[in-house]
Amino acid sequence: MTALLEVTALRKRFGGLVVANDVSLSLAAGDRTALIGPNGAGKTTLVNLITGHLRPDGGRVALAGDDITRLGPTGRVHRGLARSFQVTRLFPSMTAEEHVALALLQRAGKAERMLGNYRRMPDIVEAAHAILGELDLLGDAQSAVRQIPYGRQRMLEIAIVKAMRPKVLLLDEPAAGISHGDTHLIEATINNLDPGLAVLMIEHDMDFVFRFARRVIVMASGKVIFDGTPQEVQRSPEVRSAYLGSYADDRGAA
Amino acid sequence: MQTALSIGADAFAYGMVLFMITIGLSVTMGLMKVVNLAHGAFAMIGGYIASYAIQQAGLPFWLAAVTAVAGTVLIAVPLERLLYRRIYGASELTQVLMTIGITFVIIGLANYLLGPTLKTIRLPDLLNAPVNIGFRTIPGHKLFAVLVGLAVALGLWLLIERTRFGVKLRAAVDNSAMAEALGVRTSLIYSASFALGIGLAALGGVVGAQLLPIEPYYAMRYMVTFLVVVSVGGAGSIGGAILACLLLGSIETAARYFVPEYGEFFFYLAVIVIVAFFPNGLLGRAR
Amino acid sequence: MNVIPQRHGEAGLLDHEYVRDAIFVAALLAAAYVGFLVMPNMLALLTRMISIMLLVLALDLVTGYAGVATLGHATLFGAGAYAAGIGASQYGVTDPLLMLAVGAAAGAVAGLVCGAVILRGRGLTQLVLSIAIVQLAHEAANKGSSITGGSDGLSGIAPDPLFGMFRFDLFGRTAFWFAVALVVLVVVALRVVMRSPFGMLCRGIKEDPVRIQSMGISVNGTLLRLYLISGVVAGLGGALSAISTRVVGLDSLSFDLSANALVMLVLGGVGNLAGAVVGTVIFVLFENQVSVISPFHWLILVGLLLVAVVLFAPSGVTGLFARLFTTRQRP
Repeated sequence: MTALLEVTALRKRFGGLVVANDVSLSLAAGDRTALIGPNGAGKTTLVNLITGHLRPDGGRVALAGDDITRLGPTGRVHRGLARSFQVTRLFPSMTAEEHVALALLQRAGKAERMLGNYRRMPDIVEAAHAILGELDLLGDAQSAVRQIPYGRQRMLEIAIVKAMRPKVLLLDEPAAGISHGDTHLIEATINNLDPGLAVLMIEHDMDFVFRFARRVIVMASGKVIFDGTPQEVQRSPEVRSAYLGSYADDRGAA
Repeated sequence: MQTALSIGADAFAYGMVLFMITIGLSVTMGLMKVVNLAHGAFAMIGGYIASYAIQQAGLPFWLAAVTAVAGTVLIAVPLERLLYRRIYGASELTQVLMTIGITFVIIGLANYLLGPTLKTIRLPDLLNAPVNIGFRTIPGHKLFAVLVGLAVALGLWLLIERTRFGVKLRAAVDNSAMAEALGVRTSLIYSASFALGIGLAALGGVVGAQLLPIEPYYAMRYMVTFLVVVSVGGAGSIGGAILACLLLGSIETAARYFVPEYGEFFFYLAVIVIVAFFPNGLLGRAR
Repeated sequence: MNVIPQRHGEAGLLDHEYVRDAIFVAALLAAAYVGFLVMPNMLALLTRMISIMLLVLALDLVTGYAGVATLGHATLFGAGAYAAGIGASQYGVTDPLLMLAVGAAAGAVAGLVCGAVILRGRGLTQLVLSIAIVQLAHEAANKGSSITGGSDGLSGIAPDPLFGMFRFDLFGRTAFWFAVALVVLVVVALRVVMRSPFGMLCRGIKEDPVRIQSMGISVNGTLLRLYLISGVVAGLGGALSAISTRVVGLDSLSFDLSANALVMLVLGGVGNLAGAVVGTVIFVLFENQVSVISPFHWLILVGLLLVAVVLFAPSGVTGLFARLFTTRQRP
């Protein structure tokens, strides 16, 4: 199986702080991989390096075999890389339907058209409603985002990346900020993603991670310290000392 | 060589006046993130008060300067409490509108109360006397401006690096939420540094009145120059402000000397080039 | 209220949009006619108002819709005015429609140049760059007096009759209706463009540029195109001013005009074209009244108004009306 996303020896430092230290990982089609690690391990930085929001000091990122290290964020999206944000990034005054439509228009190459209204493009409207329907967001289709509860805004984040139809999807704590009782909605949505999609998810909720992931990558202080199955991760002494040891109390309390 | 030294001396004096006026703007912009277009208006108020104190009340220059600084701060602090506080953290557009509005009102009032004419600040003989600085003589007030400017820079440096207030100020600039959590009363720090910045602007308005003459449109005429200095230097950086003032002062003075017709043209061209290449200012921090 | 949108329900929404377009145009024409009847001796002022309105509309695109703060937008207006004026006085391009085209083209070029420079910065840097550009352009026009007439202004502009039939008369009637027709066309075109996918993008950029980028859309590319459109609109305004007043002065390329345009926009309300129109009308009419008494009284008034708008009516006059209207609708 060829790797869809191939990250090789990625390095990045902020001042004296090394936030990515020779990070390598790869994702294949259909992968469901979780990226975990204590706060400050460099997980979000890694996502930003992969998406091109940050420039690495060294190393290589390849998507479907092509080197995309020199590509900017938009170029990478065009190659099939999409991400969600840890804190929702949406347009407060625009409706849910408009968000999804914009993503669909981009994929159809119509996002910069200066004439016409997407509401008069039946294919866009139908596709938008299909996606909103799948995520049970049709009721919010015509509401401005600022009027939609936060939990549903998180769902809309996922609706947008679905609409972009990426090959590789990076989810940055998709359930962050949602009450524990509502995580199952996000979880169900993520479980229903296109099976051929390669997914890398940053998550802190370990139960969620173990239900979702077939593979777990652990980072600590900018380094990948473990890459294996969920069963192995619990047995790994390195992970235990670097991560679970300090984290076990947290889990117990949650 | 003679010419270069001569231009250098004028540029230095001009740069230090710019520094005194703009350092307060730079600090408040770095700290409260407020684009205060009315900053120059406060320098103008300082100039007006000093002029009035000397001409009408007959105070000596030194006392008038102190009165001007105190008076301007007294006017500015309530404005900070009532108006500026509302726009901390607002969009640039909001801040621009509010502060340009304040500027308009101050200009209009200055003209209504004091008339459209130029106001002079009569200097003591000591400052009018030419001083020989080796290669030429310069008017005493220019040397005075340089000395005061250097003293302000030194004083500010000591204040920020060596006092408890300075520690709190730097903490608030770095991360106001964190500073607040550590028990720093940021709102007090805001008021204090706003007052300090305005006071320095007023001082600069008085000391620099020979170079930037006091009249109602002062606040508009130099608004752009002051903003430019801050953005070239980098908001919140004292070193950057000094560097920017000396650099821009030199460019403007030299351009005025060699190509008097196109002085402003080259000034703005230089600004565009510098700012386009250093979007965070010469010594500003990336955000 | 969770109303699931139906296909036929959307057709109704569309009709609604066209109806609103029609109402907007009708209101503009009605206002113009009222102005024509009430102030027959001040048509020159009204025509000038419309040329500035085009500048404010242009500013609304970049500042109101896309959130780029600028204090140098008169550069685009001045470019249009000087290009049309120079074309007419020195190269014999005196057909009014051709003059408009020249102005629009010059505005577009100026828009691209300004956009390319201004978009390098953010926040304060952006503001300073915009100011530096307008000052630079102002100085260039001031010093290049052999071409621009310098501080005396550019004169000798004698536009041909419109369509070869309607002379630009002494009372300014032709110029006035010419201006009204132009602004109506521009407003309709802008309404169409701003509800297109492109317009949606621009609004998105104002609210979260990072999200736009992560959707795979270039933020600066979009803004540059918007600047181009803005340049066309402002350039048309400049050309209109050259045609109707037959002179072009340095004030058309000034920081003051840029700042005033911003004030008008905010007074009316940003991010909707009606705000730009209403703000310009209110500002120009009041300025004309008050500054006759004293320009400084006018400054105080505008200053107080600005502070009041920021504190109490951040969405401007149109926003106030919209709020009144919606609260009254609620039971």
